[in-house]
Amino acid sequence: MRKDFLVDWTFGKVALLSALIVVFILVSLFIVLYKESSLAVSTFGVWKFITSTVWNPPMEKFGGAPAIFGTIVSTVISITIAVPVAIGIAIFLTEIAPHFLRTPVGVAIELLAAIPSIIYGMWGLFFFAPFMRDKVQPVIHATLGKLPVIGQWFSGYTPGIGLLTASIVLSIMILPFTAAISRDSFNMVPDILKESAYALGATKWDVMKDVVIPYAKLGVIGGIILSLGRALGETMAVTFVMGNQPVIPKSLLEPATSITVTLANEFTEADTDLYLSSLFYLALILFVMSFIVIVIGKFLFLKKVER
Amino acid sequence: MDAFKKRKLVNNIVLVLSTLAALLGLLWLFWILGTLFYKGLGSLSLEVIIGDPPSPGDNHGGLKHAIVGQTLIVLTATVIGIPLGILAGTYLSEYGKNGRIANIIRDLSDIMMSIPSIVVGTFVYALMVKPLGHFSGLAGSVSLAIMMIPIIVRTTDDMLRMVPPELREAAYALGATKYRVIKDVVYKAAITGVITGVILSVARIGGETAPLLFTSFNNNFFTLNMFQPMASLTVTMYDYAMSPYKYWQDLAWAAAILLTFGVLGANILGRVVAHKFKK
Repeated sequence: MRKDFLVDWTFGKVALLSALIVVFILVSLFIVLYKESSLAVSTFGVWKFITSTVWNPPMEKFGGAPAIFGTIVSTVISITIAVPVAIGIAIFLTEIAPHFLRTPVGVAIELLAAIPSIIYGMWGLFFFAPFMRDKVQPVIHATLGKLPVIGQWFSGYTPGIGLLTASIVLSIMILPFTAAISRDSFNMVPDILKESAYALGATKWDVMKDVVIPYAKLGVIGGIILSLGRALGETMAVTFVMGNQPVIPKSLLEPATSITVTLANEFTEADTDLYLSSLFYLALILFVMSFIVIVIGKFLFLKKVER
Repeated sequence: MDAFKKRKLVNNIVLVLSTLAALLGLLWLFWILGTLFYKGLGSLSLEVIIGDPPSPGDNHGGLKHAIVGQTLIVLTATVIGIPLGILAGTYLSEYGKNGRIANIIRDLSDIMMSIPSIVVGTFVYALMVKPLGHFSGLAGSVSLAIMMIPIIVRTTDDMLRMVPPELREAAYALGATKYRVIKDVVYKAAITGVITGVILSVARIGGETAPLLFTSFNNNFFTLNMFQPMASLTVTMYDYAMSPYKYWQDLAWAAAILLTFGVLGANILGRVVAHKFKK
């Protein structure tokens, strides 16, 4: 009998300990990143590091602006491309596609979300970058490049590797995830609500616009924010095609960098303490950015859906 | 045009646009899949699977070192991650329940699930690589385990909470201790669901590259020593794809298709198990 209680007590404590380890990992992640970057923080400060555009390892000058710029711009462009297409796919899957297609196409999209992101990156390097260089760049030069003011964002000749290419590859990579999560939100709308609207003579679009989208709004926005978090921290899909140039490019077609690309390319090459510490600083900034995005997405939007 | 016709027109435009969006999205995705299968299957051969690593410029050799390395790293990650994840999930569902502490742990674990994987890599680098002065396969496993644990915690917690309380109460009425109830009743009822979660978490981490880049790093030689740098399929793909040698690039595609088979296979297996669980 005594042995039973001892086992019981131990098991409870071990389970509690395991749960606390989860918390401990997250907390120590923050502390370790902060500690490792403290040298760079004290050398460059916060505002100066974020705004300085000089990233010159041999001169021991490190500014985070090019990487932060690349991360934000590529994330924004990829979300702008992926969200309308993903919502189109979600509408197609929930309202348009014949029933026998819904499950297979839905499962196919979920499986695509499981494909390792490095494969998107490799495809980007070997197939999409040449395609951008040969087919898309001339078109962009002839159209968007001719516009006043914003024309210079679409100028320049490059080997197809750059900010825009990376953003497009990124948008394709997050597309299945965004589509799957939007579809799930649309599917949560009770049929009876939709049927009532149809009974009043509403068209499919009327039902989407006035019933499904208002009902599923929180879930879809939460899903979009989570996709944003994914795009922010994605490394392998962009590393191959970003170009790793630590500058803020004048044109979207030019090579650039992002936080993840800088980390992937330079972390193992950092030969001085300040260099490594500056890279940890970038990692910390990325961690804080994605932490904020995740908290907003999960707790402001998705939590309300669950209740 | 009357209002009815206008509504119908708008409706048709939107339906056509959504269908086009779906087609466009699927087109891109199938372009990628098509390339992967075309290049990957084209590069696959017995030599690629069992051959020793190639030397620069050489047109012979294979991925044995990376396949074995990948398997070892992922297996070790599961050995670390599964017990921790399941026990923590058990705590949340059976001990913490809906209390404040349990809910805080749930939220933190959910946040952990979405941390950029490369950040986890830098964390483990500071913890295990920098102090020891060299990369190691074990450090790679630890980063993958960190990514895996919150997924297992979440699914275990969800699955155990689905077990009806009456089952537990019946066992308590027979005088069983909490540990016996959990082990003999709750785990037995939820085992398939928990296994699904584990398989899906393996599928999720199996294709990760970023957390391995500066933990397990890469090794151009076959090794079984977890305390040395170790090749993985993903990091090998990264290095070979960036290399100037055509044969190495082909090997990268072969690695890509092997990895995809592994990850998709695990995913489908997880779904099949989950499907059985529902019945």
